[in-house]
Amino acid sequence: MIRFSPQSRIYGWLLLMPAAVFLIAFTYYPAVATLAKSFFSQGTALRPAEFIGLENYEFLADDDVFWTVVWNNVIYAIGTIPISIALAMLMAIWVNGRMPLKSLVRMSYFTPTVLPMIAVANIWLFFYTPDIGLLDQVGGLFGFAGHNWLGDPDTVLGCIIAITVWKEAGFFMIFYLAALQTLPPELEEAARLEGASRWYYFRRVMFPLLMPTTLFVLINAVINSFKLVDQLFILTKGGPDNASSLLLYYIYEVAFSFLDQTYASTLTVVLLATLAIIAIGQFVFLDKKVHYQ
Amino acid sequence: MSTLVLGKRSAGEWLETGAAWFLAFIWMLPLLYAFWAAFHPSEYATRFDITAPLTLDNFREAWSQAPFARYFLNTFILVTSILAAQFVLCTLAAYAFARFEFPGKSIAFALVLVQLMIMPEVLIVENYVTMSNLGLVDSILGVGLPYMASAFGIFLLRQTFKTIPYELDEAARLEGCSRLQVLWKVYVPLARQTYIAYGLVSVSYHWNNFLWPLVITNSVTTRPLTVGLAIFGAPESGVDWSIITAGTLLAVAPLLFAFLLFQRQFVQSFTRAGIK
Repeated sequence: MIRFSPQSRIYGWLLLMPAAVFLIAFTYYPAVATLAKSFFSQGTALRPAEFIGLENYEFLADDDVFWTVVWNNVIYAIGTIPISIALAMLMAIWVNGRMPLKSLVRMSYFTPTVLPMIAVANIWLFFYTPDIGLLDQVGGLFGFAGHNWLGDPDTVLGCIIAITVWKEAGFFMIFYLAALQTLPPELEEAARLEGASRWYYFRRVMFPLLMPTTLFVLINAVINSFKLVDQLFILTKGGPDNASSLLLYYIYEVAFSFLDQTYASTLTVVLLATLAIIAIGQFVFLDKKVHYQ
Repeated sequence: MSTLVLGKRSAGEWLETGAAWFLAFIWMLPLLYAFWAAFHPSEYATRFDITAPLTLDNFREAWSQAPFARYFLNTFILVTSILAAQFVLCTLAAYAFARFEFPGKSIAFALVLVQLMIMPEVLIVENYVTMSNLGLVDSILGVGLPYMASAFGIFLLRQTFKTIPYELDEAARLEGCSRLQVLWKVYVPLARQTYIAYGLVSVSYHWNNFLWPLVITNSVTTRPLTVGLAIFGAPESGVDWSIITAGTLLAVAPLLFAFLLFQRQFVQSFTRAGIK
C-alpha cells in the first residue's frame, strides 16, 4: 500500500524525531545509565566514582532491609492482585445486570479511580487511627478493643493492601464491563433454557470468555503492585521498622533521604529486571495483545 | 429475557442487590466521611451526630493555611503543558508509524512500547540527575519533561490513524496538500474521539501524580497540588482532621466535579484507552 520511497524514509524519521529525543533522554538513557552506575562506587568531590564490579550487588544481597522490602512487595502483590481482580469482575457483573440505582452504584465503584492516591490516603489515615478512627469505632460497636492498625507490623501491610484494592478495583471493573457488553445475550439465554445455574454459566461460559480481559488486567495489576507507593508517604513512611516499605519507596528513601545514588541505582536495576520479566511474560502469554497489527 | 424477570425479583436477587449496594457504600465511604468532617466543626470530626451544625470555616481555614491557589495554578500549568506537548509529539510519531515506511521502523516501535513498562516513575534517580544537569530541578518544566513523549499516546493514536482509509490521504495530496497538511486536515479531525479519551486519561493521571513531582520540586511556586497536599496533611504540621479533609476536598474538587458531570465520557475514555 505504501511505497518505500526515499522521501517517505526521511519523512518517517523526521516525524519520529521529536518524540524519539524525549524517549531517549528520559527513558532509554536513564535506564542504561542506571545499569552502568550500579557497577560503580559512589563518587565524592575528592574521590571520583570507580568501577567496583558487583560490589553493590553483594551489598544488596546482604542488606536485610532490601529482603524485607522485596518480601513485602511480594505479599503486597499477592494481596492486591487476586482480590482486586475478583472484586472488579463481581462489580462488572453486578453493574451489567439489572438493579435499582445501578448508575449510582457504578459511579461509586469508579470514583476512587479519579481521586489522587495522596488525597485519599489522608482520609484513610483517619479510618485507621486508633480508638477514634472509623475502623475502631465500628469495631467498638461489636465489642472489639481499639487497635493501632498502622503501628503494628502485623496489620500495617494489610491496611496498605486494602487501600490499593479499593483504588484499583473500580478501574479494572470498566474493562470487564466493556468485555461483558460484547458477550452475545443468546449465550446466557441458552444456558438458562438448558437449566444451567448462574454459577455454572459463570464458571463454564463467562469466565473463560473473559480470559483475555483478565490477562490484560492482570498485567496492569502486576505493574501497579510495583508502582503504587504514594499512600506510604502519608500513612506509614514505610514503617514501623520497614514493615510496610515497598521496593520503589525504598529506592526513593535510599536516593533522596540517604543520598546514596549508586545503591539506589542498584535497587532500580532490580526493579527494571522485574519489569522486564513481566514484559517477557506478557509477550509469551498475551502475544495477541503484543503483535499489534 | 429482560422483560421476563423485570417484574419479580427473587429473594436471592435482592440479597445480591443488597450486597452490591453495600459494596458501593463502602467504596464511597472515604469520600462521604471527607464531606462529613469538612462541613462540620472539628469537635464533630469523629463524632457522628445528625444534629451537628454545618460550617464552611474548615475550607476558609485550609485555604488560608496553605497556598492552595498557587498549587492549583501549578497543577493547571503542568497538566496543560504536558497535554499540549503529548498531543504534538505523539501525533507526529503516530503518523510516522501508521503511514510511513522507513528503515528501523519495527525496532523503533518496539522500543517505544518499552516505555509502557518502564514508566518515568521507575527512573526517578537517574532522571533527577539529568534534570539537575539541565538546571531544571524545582521547575514545572522539569516535572513535565519526562512525560511529554508518551508511548501510550503514540500507540493509541497509531491504532486510530491506521483505521483511517488511505484513500483519504491520497485524495488530499492530489488536492495539493503537503504531508503535514494531510495530517492536520484529515487525520487529526477524524481521531477526535481518541484525543478526548487520551486527554482525559492524561489529565487525570497528571493531576493525581505524586512521586516524581515530590522528588523534583521543592518550593511553593513549582509544587503541584498533590505534593502541596502531602505537606499540608503531614502530622508534623499539626492541622486537625476537619481542616485536612477540607483541604483534601479542595484539591480533588475540580477533577471530581468534572467526573460527575462527564461520567459517561470518563468511563468510555478509560475503557477505550485501555482496550485499544
